[in-house]
Amino acid sequence: MTEVIKSVVCPICGCLCDDIEVTVENNEIVKMKNGCSVCEAKMVHGYKSDERILKPMIRKDGELVPVSMDEAVHKAAQILTDAKYPLLFGWSSSTCEAQRIGVELAEELGSALDNCCSVCHGPSVMATQEIGIPSCTLGQIRHRADLIIYWACNPWTSHPRHLERYTSFTDGRFEGSEWKSYLEKLKGTQSKKKVEAASRRIIGGYEPAPPPQAYTVDAPPQTMQKAGRKLIVVDVRKTMTAEAADYFIQVQPNKDYEILDALRCLVVDQELDVDKVGGVPVEYLQEVADEMVNCEFGVIFFGLGLTQSAGRFRNVEVAIALTRDLNRKTKFVISPMRGHFNVTGANTVFAWQTGYPYAIDFSQGYPQYNPGEFTTIELLRRGDNDATLVISSDPGAHFPKPAMQNMMKHPLITINPDMNAISRLGDVVFPTQWCGIESEGTAYRMDHVPIMLRKVVEPPPGILDDEQLLKRILDEVRVIKAQNAEQEAKIEAVC
Amino acid sequence: MVEQKLHAILITGRTIDQGVGKEMGKGSKEYFDSSALCFIDESDMKKLGIKSRSNVKVTSKYGSVIVKAAKNPYGSDPGLIFIPCGLWANAICGDETFGMGMPLFKGFQVEVEPAPNQAILTLDELLKEEYGR
Repeated sequence: MTEVIKSVVCPICGCLCDDIEVTVENNEIVKMKNGCSVCEAKMVHGYKSDERILKPMIRKDGELVPVSMDEAVHKAAQILTDAKYPLLFGWSSSTCEAQRIGVELAEELGSALDNCCSVCHGPSVMATQEIGIPSCTLGQIRHRADLIIYWACNPWTSHPRHLERYTSFTDGRFEGSEWKSYLEKLKGTQSKKKVEAASRRIIGGYEPAPPPQAYTVDAPPQTMQKAGRKLIVVDVRKTMTAEAADYFIQVQPNKDYEILDALRCLVVDQELDVDKVGGVPVEYLQEVADEMVNCEFGVIFFGLGLTQSAGRFRNVEVAIALTRDLNRKTKFVISPMRGHFNVTGANTVFAWQTGYPYAIDFSQGYPQYNPGEFTTIELLRRGDNDATLVISSDPGAHFPKPAMQNMMKHPLITINPDMNAISRLGDVVFPTQWCGIESEGTAYRMDHVPIMLRKVVEPPPGILDDEQLLKRILDEVRVIKAQNAEQEAKIEAVC
Repeated sequence: MVEQKLHAILITGRTIDQGVGKEMGKGSKEYFDSSALCFIDESDMKKLGIKSRSNVKVTSKYGSVIVKAAKNPYGSDPGLIFIPCGLWANAICGDETFGMGMPLFKGFQVEVEPAPNQAILTLDELLKEEYGR
C-alpha cells in the first residue's frame, strides 16, 4: 500500500523543516520531497541501512553478543548503580519526553548530566546567561529582515535549507527572495569563466586578469547597493554560503572578538586608530557597520566558528553586545545556529527540570551547575566519572581522542538506533527507534519554537523508543537500589 | 621548491557530503569518502609537491592521522586546512578547554606532510587503533 504523508518534520538539524513530504510503501519510506540532501540520506536511506541495531547487545569476551532486552536493561542498571559517579551524555537527538526521564534518572543516580551543547553552543548559553539575548522567531526574520549576517557559520552545509526557508532565499510578507539575484550572479560568474576559458584556447597561454584584491570604500561591491535583502558572510574561509553573499569578509582565525569589538566602536561612530583589525581593513568593517546601522531589521546568525575558536563565550558575548548597541539605532536580533534537531530542547528541558541548561551535577543530591567543571570534556579529562551512558549522539566520532580514551577506561552504555562509532565501542548497546520517523515526540527548533515530530513508519519489532527504554532502565535502577538498601539494612541489623 | 612539511592552522567543521555520509551510516562508504579528507589550498599543495587525492599525514600535538588531500573548493586560503567533522579530525583535536568546557576543534597549529605510502584507516580500523575495540 502506498501512502503520501505531508507536513512531516525532518529530525536532523535545528531548522526542523516541517514541510517534508514522504511516500511510504509497505511500511518503508521510498521517496521524499522538499527536504535537503542530508534529509534524503536519513529519511530514505540511512534509517533502514544495514547498520541498524535490531537487538540489544552486551560485550562478552571482547565481542558484542545479542541478548534479551531484560538482560540488557538489568546489566545497564547494574553498571549505573555500581558506579560512584556515572555520566549521562547526549540527549540532543532525543525527544523532550525522553530528556525529562533522563533528568529523573540522573537525579536517582546522583550522576553528572550533560548534553551535546557542551561541545557546540555551550559557550553561547554561557554568554546568554551573562548578557541576555535579543532574539525572535525565524518567522519574524523570514518576513521582515532586510539584512542577514552569517558569522562564523556555513548554513549551506550545516543547515542546508536555512537560507531557503528563513532568510535570503525566501519570500516573506515584507521582504522578497534574493534567489533570482543569486542565480544571475552565478550566471555572470559562469559566463566570465567561459570567456576566460575560450580566450585561453584561442590565444594560448592567456592569463586572466587577477581578481580584485578586495573591495574598497570608494567602490563597494555592486551587490551591496542593490535593493532588497542583503546578505553578509563573515568567516575564516570562503564557503558556499560566502559565494552566495553580497559581501564576504574573511577574518583571521581566532580574531572574531577583535573584529566584533571594532564593529561595536564603529556603530557608535568612534574612530579606530589602526588600519586593520583581525586582518580586515577598517574600511571594510566601516561598510559593514554602515549597512548594520542603516538596515530596517537586521539579524546575526552565528555558528561554531565563534564558540570553538579562541575567546569561546566571550566572542558570543561581544556579538550580543554589538546587537544590543545596534538596537539603539535600528532593530537587530541575534541567534545561534543550533546543530542537532533537539539540542535546544535538551537545554530547555534540563533548565525547566533542574534550573540549568547543561553541565549539571547531581552528586550532592541536588542539581549544581558549573561549565568548565561539570562539562563532559572536563569530567573525562580529570577522569571523574566511572561509567558513561550515551544516548542519541556519537561522541565516538565527535569527541577529541584523549577525552574518548578516558571514557573507554570505564563501562559504556549506548542508546542509538544504528551502529555509529560510539555504539561500536559500547559494553551494553541498546537499539532504539528513530525519533521523528518511527516515534513521535516534541522537539525545539533553534528559535525555541516547539514542534511535534511525526511517526511515519512502524519500528522493527521489539525496539522501544528512548522514553520507554529510559523508563525501563530507571525502574530497574530503583529495584536494584532498593535491594541494595535492604541488604545493607540486614547487615546493620546483624552487626 | 618542494617542502617536506607545511605548517598550517586547522579548522574542523561540517560539509554537505559529510552530512550526507553520517546519515547514510558511520560505516558507509559515503561517510569515509567525505570525512577522511583534508582540504588544502592549491598553493600549499604545490609547496608540498602533492596533488589532489594523494594521502597526507596531519600531525598536531595531540596525535596524527592519514587523510586524503583535496583542493580547497572555494577561494584561496593558504596556511589554512580544513578537515570535516568526524573520527579522522578528532584523532588530532585536543581536549584542552581553557576552563570553558569546549575542546579544541578550530584554529590550532598542525603540520601536513605527504604520506604516499601510508594507508588511510577505515572507521573500524581507527577505532581499533585508538580504543582497542
